[in-house]
Amino acid sequence: MSTVPMDAGRNSASAAPGPTWRERITRISPILILAPSLAASFVYIFVFTIWTLYISLSNSSLLPSYGFVGLDNYVSLWSNRRWNIAYSNLFFFSAFYIVGAMGIGLLLAILIDQRVRGEAIWRTIFLYPLAVSFIVTGTVWSWLYNPTDGIQMLVRSLGWTDFNFALASDRSTAIYAIIITGIWQSSGFAMALFLAGLRSVDQDLIKAAQIDGASTFRTYRRVILPIISPIFLAVAVVQIQFAIKTFDLVAALTRGGPGISTTFPAIYVYDLMFQRGQIGEGAAAAMMMLAALAVVLVPYALFVVWRHRRESRP
Amino acid sequence: MTDATIAAVHDREAAAASRRHFVSRTVIYALLTIFAVIYLAPLLILVFNSFREQPEIAQNGLIAFPRSFQLKAWAEAWSTYCIGGTCEGMRRNFLNSLWMAVPATILSTLLGAMNGYVLSKWRFKGSEVLFTLMLLGVFMPGQIALMPWAFLLGKVGLTNSTYGLILIHVVQGISFTTLFCRNYYVSIPDDLIKAARIDGAGFWRIFRKIILPLSPPILIVTVIWQFTGIWNEYLFGVVFTSGREQPITAALVALTASGTNVRAYDVMSAAVLIGALPPLLVYFLGGKYFVRGLTQGAIK
Repeated sequence: MSTVPMDAGRNSASAAPGPTWRERITRISPILILAPSLAASFVYIFVFTIWTLYISLSNSSLLPSYGFVGLDNYVSLWSNRRWNIAYSNLFFFSAFYIVGAMGIGLLLAILIDQRVRGEAIWRTIFLYPLAVSFIVTGTVWSWLYNPTDGIQMLVRSLGWTDFNFALASDRSTAIYAIIITGIWQSSGFAMALFLAGLRSVDQDLIKAAQIDGASTFRTYRRVILPIISPIFLAVAVVQIQFAIKTFDLVAALTRGGPGISTTFPAIYVYDLMFQRGQIGEGAAAAMMMLAALAVVLVPYALFVVWRHRRESRP
Repeated sequence: MTDATIAAVHDREAAAASRRHFVSRTVIYALLTIFAVIYLAPLLILVFNSFREQPEIAQNGLIAFPRSFQLKAWAEAWSTYCIGGTCEGMRRNFLNSLWMAVPATILSTLLGAMNGYVLSKWRFKGSEVLFTLMLLGVFMPGQIALMPWAFLLGKVGLTNSTYGLILIHVVQGISFTTLFCRNYYVSIPDDLIKAARIDGAGFWRIFRKIILPLSPPILIVTVIWQFTGIWNEYLFGVVFTSGREQPITAALVALTASGTNVRAYDVMSAAVLIGALPPLLVYFLGGKYFVRGLTQGAIK
């Protein structure tokens, strides 16, 4: 990780009467190249966040306005039943979605890791949903969940005439429809990361375990999985991010319904800002989403930095 | 005699081992096949239904082996189907998405490559801090930026236009593309750059002659990531554009939500496939690199 110092060319310059044009261009080019991106990112990340934070503390309704009202929007947000449903939905969804996607992803990765034939084909099949938008996924699955045309009709036409499968149209089960679809979409992604991890494990360790007579199951449990444990955390963090930002999937699958049973924070923000003209409270909800992300990401970032330091210590 | 018993024991053990091997292989392939069917089913159902005739779908349901064949649904979905009052099919929205995703992908990838080059090979005091700050953009939820973007797009007159969406995607993409390229360029030996500088090569020459020729693997990954991400994006599309200006994701939701009594599953299937095809194509063509880059980029 050595760096090329900016003024590495100075020795040659000091022999000449002054820096030539080319040397000057060389010196300022890095800054010139970076400047527009830096400015744009700075505005996007910091100015936008502070702006939204300010709006969340203002009395904005249909249009942004800048009368300061303190935490009123947050109070009104948290006293709203729909927001509480949205927030608890997020927790419920995240827990099942992450465990499900990681579990299936790990199973698929271990299966593929058994030196199967046509590995690339299996991988491609399991990963392709990631290339498809949540809109497409959500739309197709909403059809499959549709009792009169989808899975229920198929099973009934096969003879089980009292078979019931109407996940998405029942208030109490609609969230499971979203969980299943979410897992379908992103377990392949977990598989890809786990597979890369499994492949990075030192083969000698595995051989040593096998010579000692450990079964495949035991080798995975005792040797391989502990080694790749950092990947579990990385996959979980990525999935939590997906979960918190979940908007498209719900928009295409249930549109927050039936009723308000599948409202999520991301849906709520959109609804408040652009359907109901309550910009201030919408901004407060958006800030709560950022807070949820920070609760997950800040400790993770600190942990990663700490681990790097520990590993690079002599 | 003893030889024969030992051989018999061996045979029995070998037979048991090979039987176990056979069973475990069968279980592995059976499980993989079951999952493959679950993963492929929705895509196959879409493809089948886009070619089945609507009365047959209505009678046999969405999940059935095709008994009829038509191409009409594709033509209708592409150019004549009505969404919210206009009857131009998906064509216009498809082109909107194309004119949005292609320039935004190229621009953000170029910026990422050059930023990555600077942040890995021309570091200066504070450049690591700047890199870390740029990374924060990766984690920003789009909802935080909605009001500010609405205001900004209004100010510069890009409301309800593809250019506005290009601007958003380029700015948002910088964090990702810079991260990918920087992490990749770090692994190019600094000595290579030093040697080139001793030979008198400047900033641009080194970029053109050393960095770019080594870049294809990471540029392919970045392009695939950006293109699929931008093509599939929905939130900004639905918030900042309407009607004929919408990208295909927003149009798809409008189309499938339109509350006609008889659901034209054949046309809707074709429309959904039209919306899914470009990123799928990109993924199937570059999937090998996609998997490699995804795993490299995400575990780092």
